[in-house]
Amino acid sequence: MNEPILQVRDLVVRFPGKRGSHTEVIHGISFDLHAGETLSLVGESGSGKTTIGRAILGLAPVSGGSVTFRGETISNVSRAQRRRIATDIQVVFQDPYTSLNPSMTVESILVEPLAATGVQGGRERVRELLDAVGLPADAGTRYPREFSGGQRQRIAIARALALDPAVIICDEPTSALDVTTQATVLELFKELQERTGVAYLFISHDLGVVNSISDRIAVLYQGNIVELGEAHQVATAPRHGYTHRLQMAAPVADPKKQRARRTERLRALAEVADAAS
Amino acid sequence: MTSATDNRTTDGRAVRFAVLRKLVKNPIAAVALVWFAGVLFIAAFAPLLATGGPNLTDLGAANLPPFSDGHFLGGDAAGRDILDRLIWGSRSTVMAILIVTVVSVAAGVTTGLIAGFYRGRFETIANFLVDVVMSLPGIVLLIALYALTGPNLPVAMAVFGLLIAPTYYRLVRSIVVSVRNELYVDAARVVGLSDLRIVGRHVLWAVRAPIIIQSSFTMAAGIGIEAGMSFLGLGDPTSSSWGIMLQQSFTSIYNNPVAILWPSLVISLTVLFLILLGNALSDVLQSSARSKVMPRRKRRAAVAEAQAAITGSPVDAEPAELSSSDDVLLSIRALRVGYPRSDGGITEVVHGADLDIRRGEIHGLVGESGSGKSQMAFSTLGILPKEAIILGGSVLLDGHDLLTDSKRQREARGTRIGYVPQEPMSNLDPSFTIGRQLVKGLRAARPMSKAAAHAKLVGLLERVGIRDAERVMSLYPHEISGGMAQRVLICGAIASDPDIIVADEPTTALDVTIQAEVLEILRGLSEERGLAMILVTHNLGVVADLCDTVSVMKDGLIVEKADVDALFESPREAYTQNLLASSRSVELMEIEQ
Repeated sequence: MNEPILQVRDLVVRFPGKRGSHTEVIHGISFDLHAGETLSLVGESGSGKTTIGRAILGLAPVSGGSVTFRGETISNVSRAQRRRIATDIQVVFQDPYTSLNPSMTVESILVEPLAATGVQGGRERVRELLDAVGLPADAGTRYPREFSGGQRQRIAIARALALDPAVIICDEPTSALDVTTQATVLELFKELQERTGVAYLFISHDLGVVNSISDRIAVLYQGNIVELGEAHQVATAPRHGYTHRLQMAAPVADPKKQRARRTERLRALAEVADAAS
Repeated sequence: MTSATDNRTTDGRAVRFAVLRKLVKNPIAAVALVWFAGVLFIAAFAPLLATGGPNLTDLGAANLPPFSDGHFLGGDAAGRDILDRLIWGSRSTVMAILIVTVVSVAAGVTTGLIAGFYRGRFETIANFLVDVVMSLPGIVLLIALYALTGPNLPVAMAVFGLLIAPTYYRLVRSIVVSVRNELYVDAARVVGLSDLRIVGRHVLWAVRAPIIIQSSFTMAAGIGIEAGMSFLGLGDPTSSSWGIMLQQSFTSIYNNPVAILWPSLVISLTVLFLILLGNALSDVLQSSARSKVMPRRKRRAAVAEAQAAITGSPVDAEPAELSSSDDVLLSIRALRVGYPRSDGGITEVVHGADLDIRRGEIHGLVGESGSGKSQMAFSTLGILPKEAIILGGSVLLDGHDLLTDSKRQREARGTRIGYVPQEPMSNLDPSFTIGRQLVKGLRAARPMSKAAAHAKLVGLLERVGIRDAERVMSLYPHEISGGMAQRVLICGAIASDPDIIVADEPTTALDVTIQAEVLEILRGLSEERGLAMILVTHNLGVVADLCDTVSVMKDGLIVEKADVDALFESPREAYTQNLLASSRSVELMEIEQ
């Protein structure tokens, strides 16, 4: 395989606590992201998956290890340096309601990244972006509150695309959406990847969602990667016990299969309990 | 770059016009605005409006009563025209409030922005200084200043501005601290905006309205302080200001009692209108934070109108499919719920939905957001938001309508009908221990001794899978996890032995592994106690796991109703098929062992 575009090596994240103490939430994890692929980080709340994304974006402290992008270190560099290198890494956040400034029109939201890097011809590009994410061209003059959750998430995706990034970090981008909207937004992500060759670091708690979009999956548990492998294998034939538990816990929309899965889950849990006692 | 700036000005102007339009619609604000504009106008054109200089004396006019020839408001003790002096005095007043506002905004807002945005050492030092300034007695300090500078209004007002700058500092800092954690600020960082642009574009916008509101109060305080200082004799007796007029007419109050009326009237009215303007501004600029509750008379008219519109419509006549059994515990009939629009009309969000729950049945209510499923659930509990309007229909518990009988509804809520909310954490009071909240809730529903309630709840907590229940009873909500909080709430809902539980997305906020455990608990409880349940959710997997029957809601109507196996095997409606397809597209159907 080609050279990885984003390398995370022995990443440690500690948050300062009271009186000089520190809470370590990420305990030295490593992974590579290759151009054009989708790697997912899946785990429960508190597993540190969002923190990893924020550390890569420079929004959380990198206390140990390094993050390199195209061979250049981007962890712990100055804001100015980071601005030079890292506009190639963009983000789509979980909550489409708070990630868009309510006082700005959609057009100003989309022009902002262009203006920040001094790109001219903003308006033309805004139209292209709106078109790319399947919003009408007149959406630009309206405010975020006039759109539904799914449409807002499309606006956020358009903003992430504005600078033609090489990597987009998707932090639970569909977990605030309805199932039907989720399906269409996931389709949009796939289509954009095919068209632009962008790589996704996709963060989610839902193994099913992750399986439908990823090339590879990393399973996080309490700040460590417990399993990393090809998506289909991790999702359907996991090697680690924790992944298996995650997989069994997700209910399926079929009462008969769900009954069978429930029995299997309880049996597996009983086995674990037996083994422990 | 240019287009961004263009946008800003046009947006800004549009917003400002909208605010002005709303202000003018409010009669008090309109009067206040006119008054304030009038004061500004008079101050600006004082030389043209006054008939003579501020100190022009005419001994014949000394202590002249009002409405005399040539002296509309009469003359003061020195024979100066009172109206002219008021006109000239408005200049000092306007200058005073300008200086106070500019100084306090400049000092308070800048430091507040820096402290809130960068935090760290600057914030610590600034907080300390602000505390020091706030503890200084302002008026005493100004009197001391007089000893240094003599009567010097601009300096005194500038110092007063510094003394009240902490109000702005605290206001701005607390807003900025919360805004800097907003995701849109993070997004702006990620796209490479400089700090200056983030502050200018995103942070300033958030503090703008509170600053404007606060400023009208600051101006009022400025007028008060100017008048007070002058009244104490710290003003410049050779100049004219409303405060000085107040003081001078006070000294000759026995000779000309009416003269004191004019300056005090002008001062009081200006302060009053500034404060009213501040209130009106805060209503207009922060109106989104307040919900619109329709007045009772309008509500009744709306309900009558809505009912007239549906008389004879087939909604009432339609026999409910599942009500054949005698075992129906709770039934919702032709329920219609609406919300007031800003134009005075009503948007109906539930259009006559029927639902029947039998004893021990777990009924799933599924649909996308906005389908009205939560509105249905909240109606049964009588916990719809205040602005919601029930336009028709009934909720029958044992044949009695709860919607028309609020006493019965109150009795049923919590005792016969339990509630499990979506957000476990925000539904526990952070200032009481788990035990206290649960015991209080249980005793409110079922009178019993504290000890008995405690014992019962410990048993139930163990039943919902909490080991060490005694210890958990003594913990505060922030000391337990979200999954545990949801167990606590389930425990609270079943403690009073209800017949039915309304669960609104009870597992949406939880991780899948915890979700599976909570579903297991709900299923177990329903089997043990013959507990019926309305489960509101958008997750079809959860429905497949737990429910016996399902209603699918779309746009305020129940479009399909069936038992769970039938619905998942052969969904009738295209909408249901679509929901199922979307849900299955991201599901792990096959599992290799």
